[in-house]
Amino acid sequence: MLEKNSVGIVAAQTAHFEQALSLKSGAVLPQFDLVYETYGKLNADQSNAVLICHALSGTHHVAGKYSADDKYPGWWDNLIGPGKPLDTNKFFVIGVNNLGGCHGSTGPSSNNPANGQPWGAQFPVLTVEDWVASQAMLADYLGVKQLAAVVGGSLGGMQALQWTLAYPERVRHALVIASAPNLTAQNMAFNEVARQAIITDPEFHGGDYYAHGVVPRRGLRIARMLGHITYLSDDAMGAKFGRKLKDGIRYSFDAEFEMESYLRYQGDKFAGEFDANTYLRMTRALDYYDPALAFDNDLSAALKTVQASFLVVSFTSDWRFSPARSREIVKALLDNERTVSYAEVTAAHGHDAFLMPDAHYHAILRTYLKKVQV
Amino acid sequence: MSQTALNNVNITNSVLQFRQDFAIISNWVGFGSKVLDLGCGDGELLQFLRLSLEVKGYGVEKDDDNWLACMENGSNVIQMDLEDGLSGFEDQSFDTVILSQTLQAMHNTEEIVQEMLRVGREVIVTFPNFGYWRNRLQITNGSMPVSKTLPYQWYDTPNVHLCTINDFDKFCKNHKISILERCVITNSQTVHFMPNLLGNLAMYRLKAA
Repeated sequence: MLEKNSVGIVAAQTAHFEQALSLKSGAVLPQFDLVYETYGKLNADQSNAVLICHALSGTHHVAGKYSADDKYPGWWDNLIGPGKPLDTNKFFVIGVNNLGGCHGSTGPSSNNPANGQPWGAQFPVLTVEDWVASQAMLADYLGVKQLAAVVGGSLGGMQALQWTLAYPERVRHALVIASAPNLTAQNMAFNEVARQAIITDPEFHGGDYYAHGVVPRRGLRIARMLGHITYLSDDAMGAKFGRKLKDGIRYSFDAEFEMESYLRYQGDKFAGEFDANTYLRMTRALDYYDPALAFDNDLSAALKTVQASFLVVSFTSDWRFSPARSREIVKALLDNERTVSYAEVTAAHGHDAFLMPDAHYHAILRTYLKKVQV
Repeated sequence: MSQTALNNVNITNSVLQFRQDFAIISNWVGFGSKVLDLGCGDGELLQFLRLSLEVKGYGVEKDDDNWLACMENGSNVIQMDLEDGLSGFEDQSFDTVILSQTLQAMHNTEEIVQEMLRVGREVIVTFPNFGYWRNRLQITNGSMPVSKTLPYQWYDTPNVHLCTINDFDKFCKNHKISILERCVITNSQTVHFMPNLLGNLAMYRLKAA
């Protein structure tokens, strides 16, 4: 069933690039595909395009359904559609699966054109800068010279920020949500544990598990379970599960607490659909992003070239990308006298709050996006 | 909560009457200057300054509804609690920092004034004068003052640090703050004679000494 204000039935498309892409690491991708979806119509002067950048496990399927029977719509469907905060009557919205992904864009599970085998361990490590460069090529492909806005949460927020640095004249607004100008040591530490879980899985085979016909399911499962803990607040977990037991204490190591069932379910589900090599690369891109590094860790100096207007949003209970980190971005923009507004949303859901349809949060986005001229 | 209530008063006033205080503030703010409005409410003052003086303005507001109203009015707005200070703003990074009819609701009064003087080359503070004769009369009659500028009952007021013009003059002297200009108004009229008795709203233009 399609709900009211849905973008409706959508279909993914693939853009093929024969042009080589030089990556920050020095590696070169000779050619690549980006899979994407669009909602709404690009206007005559191409001034209404909005790019959605996804986070760690996101995809190009941001809104709508592939068929009326689909159980779930795209991952940010509550935000995007006719009459929704990101109104597809006004905007032409682009969702893209990042390079290195496992949902259709060229990634470690794609075949390497050199030998026709899956890239596996040979697939290069990507950075936020590389993603933004490839997204700009997609914008060219779609005939979009300048984006009305780039919107992203978490790792997606870093891409939105990077857009304003890499292509200051190609983006008018950046909506940076539940994000940070770089990761703290603690935040990177979670990524390292997640990667170690994958890499030490006997079925990882150094990243070339495709050839062995296996996947490092256990590692990926644990990585995802760990992630889920950090995406929720203590309070949200308490409210959702507390110490509730499924069938009482049985003096075993089975999933006796409801929280355990939840984590196992999320881990299993993810391990069945996500590629471990992609997960490694997504977390590495998070770790490496640090635009201030080349400026003696002076973020204000790094953001000097920014021209876009910013909306920065954080959530009070988000401890993985805390409000303090968003305020660093705000301060750097203020130091450069850029146009910036900042909202700190009172929310119980932790990092996950950026995907929730909280009324005030959506009012913030709606009000801001209404002001975006196209 | 306190800022919301206060700002609702501002909104009501603005609909009903010409804002003499806005006019005075605009005389104290330079054309095209950079302005920070603390407790900016629905952003009406910023909008006024932007339209009349083309200022580069930022508002600070903690209340969710006011934040949205401010955004709706086209102002940049930073959501934070003034009681935490102004740590996100560099020293002397604004031409003018404004605290309009919010001082009396602040808990950390000394800190916010010092912070404003740190961030702004000049500071504008306005507050309801508790020494106004109508307030004194109500006290004499045995009740806490309730009026258009002080519209709360004693039990629901956000105001925790009400003061008189004399008190604030003394505060500035003790804290080595230079008073560049002072203007006192009652019902949109400037009061020159016995301002601490006849003035309803006190407005100060300040600078660190």
